[in-house]
Amino acid sequence: MPVLRIPTPLRAYTSGKSEVSVNGSNVGEALTDLMTQFPPIKPHLFNEGGELRPFVNLFLGENNIKDLQGVSTPIKDGDKLMLIPSIAGGRHCEPDRAKQSPILWRRLLRRSLSFAPRNDGIK
Amino acid sequence: MLPDLSRDEILRYSRHLLIPEVGLEGQRKLKNSSVLIIGTGGLGSPVSLYLAAAGIGRIGLVDYDVVDSSNLQRQVIHGTSTVGKLKVESAKSKLLDLNPGIQIDIYNEPYTSENALRIAKDYDIILDGTDNFPTRYLTNDVAVFLGKPNVYASIYRFDGQVSVFYAKEGPCYRCLFPEPPPPGLVPSCAEGGVLGVLPGTIGTLQATEALKVLLGIGEPLIGKLLLYNALDMSFDFVKLKKNPNCRVCGPNADIKELIDYEEFCGVPSHDHEEGSAGAGKDISVQELSERMKTNHLKLLDVREPHELQISALPNAVNIPLGQLAARLSELDSADEMVIFCKSGSRSARGLELLASAGFKKVKNLKGGINAWAREVDQSLPLY
Repeated sequence: MPVLRIPTPLRAYTSGKSEVSVNGSNVGEALTDLMTQFPPIKPHLFNEGGELRPFVNLFLGENNIKDLQGVSTPIKDGDKLMLIPSIAGGRHCEPDRAKQSPILWRRLLRRSLSFAPRNDGIK
Repeated sequence: MLPDLSRDEILRYSRHLLIPEVGLEGQRKLKNSSVLIIGTGGLGSPVSLYLAAAGIGRIGLVDYDVVDSSNLQRQVIHGTSTVGKLKVESAKSKLLDLNPGIQIDIYNEPYTSENALRIAKDYDIILDGTDNFPTRYLTNDVAVFLGKPNVYASIYRFDGQVSVFYAKEGPCYRCLFPEPPPPGLVPSCAEGGVLGVLPGTIGTLQATEALKVLLGIGEPLIGKLLLYNALDMSFDFVKLKKNPNCRVCGPNADIKELIDYEEFCGVPSHDHEEGSAGAGKDISVQELSERMKTNHLKLLDVREPHELQISALPNAVNIPLGQLAARLSELDSADEMVIFCKSGSRSARGLELLASAGFKKVKNLKGGINAWAREVDQSLPLY
């Protein structure tokens, strides 16, 4: 079975597991299996339209699936998939714009709820 | 023309001079080099210490913060004796003690779109040791626009990443991360934190990459990303390619100048006032203290369970912010309620969520439980 490596920020949604064995013959199927096993992780990887979020980087071995065939990239037993998170640092990172600009904050809140897909070739 | 080394410098750097890949000429290159380090915190500490020790001729430090005792678990360039002092001043004195023969430039100001190009233009390379998304995107874009290498490192809890983003020879930060996660999906401050030794591990790797780039030796991490996990003690490398659609370094780049990075990322890059939900939606800790003597107010604590072990208010109901939307049925919109967290920011978001679900009698505790610990009950710890 291929193995999917889960970065620390997302382990809260995989019961603390750092690696998850996934079924599937391609990357998309493996992700579907991951979400079947751990439904709470779904909004962190996919938007409401079912597209991989643009800030999610998934690597098969040392190659970004964007440089391969996206979610159609075939995988086989023993392959290692890695999710690479966008991390900024360890400081308090709460959004705190409400007081300064409620309009901006509401816009940001909306954006966080319905994140627009980008055309990065991955469906 | 490279500067000569003095007799004292030859002795000081003798262990470098003995390595053929560095040698006398390499050391003279380092003396002639300049680096700008953004942030004098967890990463900036080891980076600046080792680069100063290595004999980089000029080091610029950008930070606007003051040393706090909560920094000392990982920011080893500072000390108990410099708590309350400017970080750049604290760092400068330590670095000059380590190596008085180098120049330290300090910039006691936030690194922003207004000053970044001016500050960075006279340095050979830029090291990204920041702790927030807006400054990371700013640092990247500045490096791309000025054609300089951006030696990148980032840390979170037990994870670290290192790369050299150099748009002239490979991808930039935006090629990998075209845009930041939206605010709702960024780990909140409750989910933050960092193992104290992690910036030491990652910062020394970052300093190593800077030295390699300056000396022109080895294979810098251009087009490669190093991923480290302290718990697994794993080092993984992945290949990074230039993104043809990159908005700053691609052939059809449409971002030609620095932008408003706080708006772009939806989070502040610099500390603002303590958390508030806005006029009419807040309650002060003093007011809450008074009202609790006479009224029955429901207290809703939206922090994570492990934070309750640090400090808590009696009789408060705990629903972490991330679960609030799914657990609204546990609350009664007829209740008068005060929502709180550590400092008032998460609870302000919780209040918005409750208001949109029809809860009209909710107030946000301004400054959170830390304000309560400062002003009402000093037996509670601050964190």
